[in-house]
Amino acid sequence: MEKIKLTIDGLEIEAEAGTSVLDAALANDIYIPHLCHHPDLKPVGACRLCGVDVNGRMEMSCLLPVREGLDVKTNSPEVGATRQVAIELLLADHPQGCLSCGASLQCELLHIADHIGVDGERIERLRRPSEPLPIDNSNPFFSFDPNKCVLCGICVRTCEDIVGLGVLDFVNRGSRTVIGTFGNEPFIDSICESCGECVVRCPVGSLAPKRWQRPSHEVQSTCVYCGVGCGIYLGVKGDQVVSVRADRERPSNQGSLCVKGRYGYNFINHKDRLTTPLIKKEGQFVEATWDEALDLVAEKFADYKGSEFAALASAKCTNEDNYLIQKFTRAVMQTNTVDHCARL
Amino acid sequence: MAGLVTAFGSGAMTNSIQEIDNTACFFNIGTNTTHAHPIIGHRIRRAVNNGAKLIVANPKEIELARHADLFIQHQPGSDVVLMMGMARVILEEGLHDEAFIAERTENFAAFKESLAEFTPEYVTELTGVPWAQIQAAARMYATNTPSAIYYAMGITQHTHGTDNVMATANLALLTGNVGRASAGVNPLRGQNNVQGACDLGGLPNVYPGYQKVADPNMQKKFEEAWDVKLSPENGLTHVEIFNAMYEGDIKAMYLVGENPLLTEANANHVQEALERVEFLVVQDLFMSETAAYAHVILPAASFAEKDGTFTNTERRAQRVRQAIPPRGNSRPDWWITAQIGQRMSDHGFDFNAPQEIMAEVNQVTPIYGGITYERLEDVNGLQWPCPTTDHPGTQFLHQGKFARGKGHFSPLHYKPPFEQTDDDYPLLLTTDRSLFHWHSGSMTHRVAGLDVLNSEELLLIHPQDAAAQGIADGEMVAVASRRGALSVRAKVTDVCLPGVVSMTFHFPEAPTNVLTSSALDPVAKIPETKVAAVRIEKLAELV
Ligand code: SF4
Ligand code: SF4
Repeated sequence: MEKIKLTIDGLEIEAEAGTSVLDAALANDIYIPHLCHHPDLKPVGACRLCGVDVNGRMEMSCLLPVREGLDVKTNSPEVGATRQVAIELLLADHPQGCLSCGASLQCELLHIADHIGVDGERIERLRRPSEPLPIDNSNPFFSFDPNKCVLCGICVRTCEDIVGLGVLDFVNRGSRTVIGTFGNEPFIDSICESCGECVVRCPVGSLAPKRWQRPSHEVQSTCVYCGVGCGIYLGVKGDQVVSVRADRERPSNQGSLCVKGRYGYNFINHKDRLTTPLIKKEGQFVEATWDEALDLVAEKFADYKGSEFAALASAKCTNEDNYLIQKFTRAVMQTNTVDHCARL
Repeated sequence: MAGLVTAFGSGAMTNSIQEIDNTACFFNIGTNTTHAHPIIGHRIRRAVNNGAKLIVANPKEIELARHADLFIQHQPGSDVVLMMGMARVILEEGLHDEAFIAERTENFAAFKESLAEFTPEYVTELTGVPWAQIQAAARMYATNTPSAIYYAMGITQHTHGTDNVMATANLALLTGNVGRASAGVNPLRGQNNVQGACDLGGLPNVYPGYQKVADPNMQKKFEEAWDVKLSPENGLTHVEIFNAMYEGDIKAMYLVGENPLLTEANANHVQEALERVEFLVVQDLFMSETAAYAHVILPAASFAEKDGTFTNTERRAQRVRQAIPPRGNSRPDWWITAQIGQRMSDHGFDFNAPQEIMAEVNQVTPIYGGITYERLEDVNGLQWPCPTTDHPGTQFLHQGKFARGKGHFSPLHYKPPFEQTDDDYPLLLTTDRSLFHWHSGSMTHRVAGLDVLNSEELLLIHPQDAAAQGIADGEMVAVASRRGALSVRAKVTDVCLPGVVSMTFHFPEAPTNVLTSSALDPVAKIPETKVAAVRIEKLAELV
């Protein structure tokens, strides 16, 4: 990749040809406020927050490709003033109640407000009285609060460009513009597939998971449902799995998940889990120790070596589990009668 | 998978998921991709939005059909005819890849001859598809390269599933669409680790790595590796196993992580077989319909509670890592099997961790030779064949040379499905999958939200058939086949063809597989769960 040298706020940095000034700045720990930019999506320059000064002209840094010798100021008086107005209007339109919001510390709006510093009284003066819009709670896994929406369009572009479905769009015009499904139906009645791709990319708490616990740490693994084999991070708190996040590096899914992979993990901790070996005695299952159960199995299986024995391995188990089951069947039980249920 | 082994020498998906981005034309037949393999579905939709062509062939108007340039709704069981019809058009119009056929394939002449019977009239009559549509599909597939075929259970779960698969391979050979990036013939594997279960020898006719049981050299190799005597005879397949249990020939069974009462075809027969077995050990996460018949139940740890590897549909072995301790007294499956093995044999089962098992796999399985835990730490999985630790893995198969040498054309003929409709059973039932559930639902029914999104089984029925029986949308109906009966709610919709109804098999309350047939494909031994002749009646009349 060709390297390009440019200057941002007097600091000389290097960037790859073809990247935007915004990406180059962020990669070098220079923060430029932005809301509608997402690394997975093409830039659109809609939020007008990432403006920078290039030779006295204001340019949206997400749309501006890096050029050799470019001299960029992220905070000239003009861009500063424009940005200040844009963010103050956004904040004046945004409900308070950050403490109970799912986005909380990950909120981009909060992040930006913190970065540029806002005058609380001014914002209250700018706040216009308005009737809150109804929250869409119809989806079992996430909710949509249009009052918190900043109209960045990330969800619209995610569903269109990443999921390839196009459930969402801007509806109405002017100050009444909101994000909605086709015909503005509740999510549950739309063609939405509940993948949650839009939810995880929402920069504020407008599209938010209904149940959310911050994990204390994450463990890299692989989804247990279908043959796509999406890379995941299991979020752990105590001895429970409390979240699943997509692995962005994994070639199989590149940061995407479907509804089962993302939200379908509660079976792990389900109360129905078998937690002890059981032996059937007079038609009833009785709890047993591992030694009792394993000794009985070994003793009984010994009577059925050869053609009287069959094993069914499992397409849900690991490679190592399956290897051992077939080895046991062939080497110990002396038969090749081992198969698994789904032969595709 | 037998069909692809015959044609190419390997039964696995030829290409990789990431190559979808550069595919110029997709031919998806017998796969409800956006529901059964959602992230591959996303990626195909994305490619189509960026200009790729999409042909969807399915008896049911599935979600992906909405995004297709061409949607072909053919009669269930007419896949071979449809694809042979396409092949005929490709040849007649000179759209085939002559150089590829000459250099890399064999048996072309016999194949060409077998196309003679597939006249436009014959093809149209059997498929119910206008000839012009078949011509359009053939042109679209042959002229937009690279072109990729995707298929799943809709192709394999027929008594002639092997023929169906060979028909897909014929098309790829004819147009040179195999052995190159973004093309190929791509069977989408259902469950997360079907690929791995097959790769590691969970099959009655092959040792790990598809090394044949019937080959005396392989027998000798494994006898030496494991230091035991081994049986030279192929074992029974799963449907044969339940038949043998029913007959009393198989008396003991070790059943790991499956619920055949719900997922196997002809469930009533499976139930009687389970009742007869003398000693049944079930190893699973949950109590299941099948486990109720067990003599011993061994509680298994979930994927979040153990280390290991899964191999996805594109042959990529990836790590699974323990995140939490096993629930209660449950244990990882490998540990349980090793414990039984240790009690019954003085050697060969002394494993303390999955990577020790993988180290043995590396020794005896050439295609997994270089897939070590050490390497899986710092790469995003490895795609087999990966014979040595310095091999990067294989993104797509058959480059320059087929695994079997030359690509093999298969002459094919139409064979009617085993299951035929008649006056008593006038409708064809086909089975499908839901986006929100998984197999028997033992995991997904325990996730409250997924049950909200898809709360009960529905029988999809065409308005014409519904009207004929006086069935209203949302009404409970009785469905009976030659094997069993159940009741289910009807949804009247034109996504199905007249004469064809559709159900999933995720709900214990409506166990679809009591209806389906266990007639087998003679080669692949996959039961015909995709079509069953049924009768539908208003519930009140039946009781
Ligand atoms: S959840 Fe997925 S399908 Fe539904 S609107 Fe969001 S991105 Fe689209
Ligand atoms: S996240 Fe969805 S698409 Fe990915 S492996 Fe899991 S079930 Fe399959």
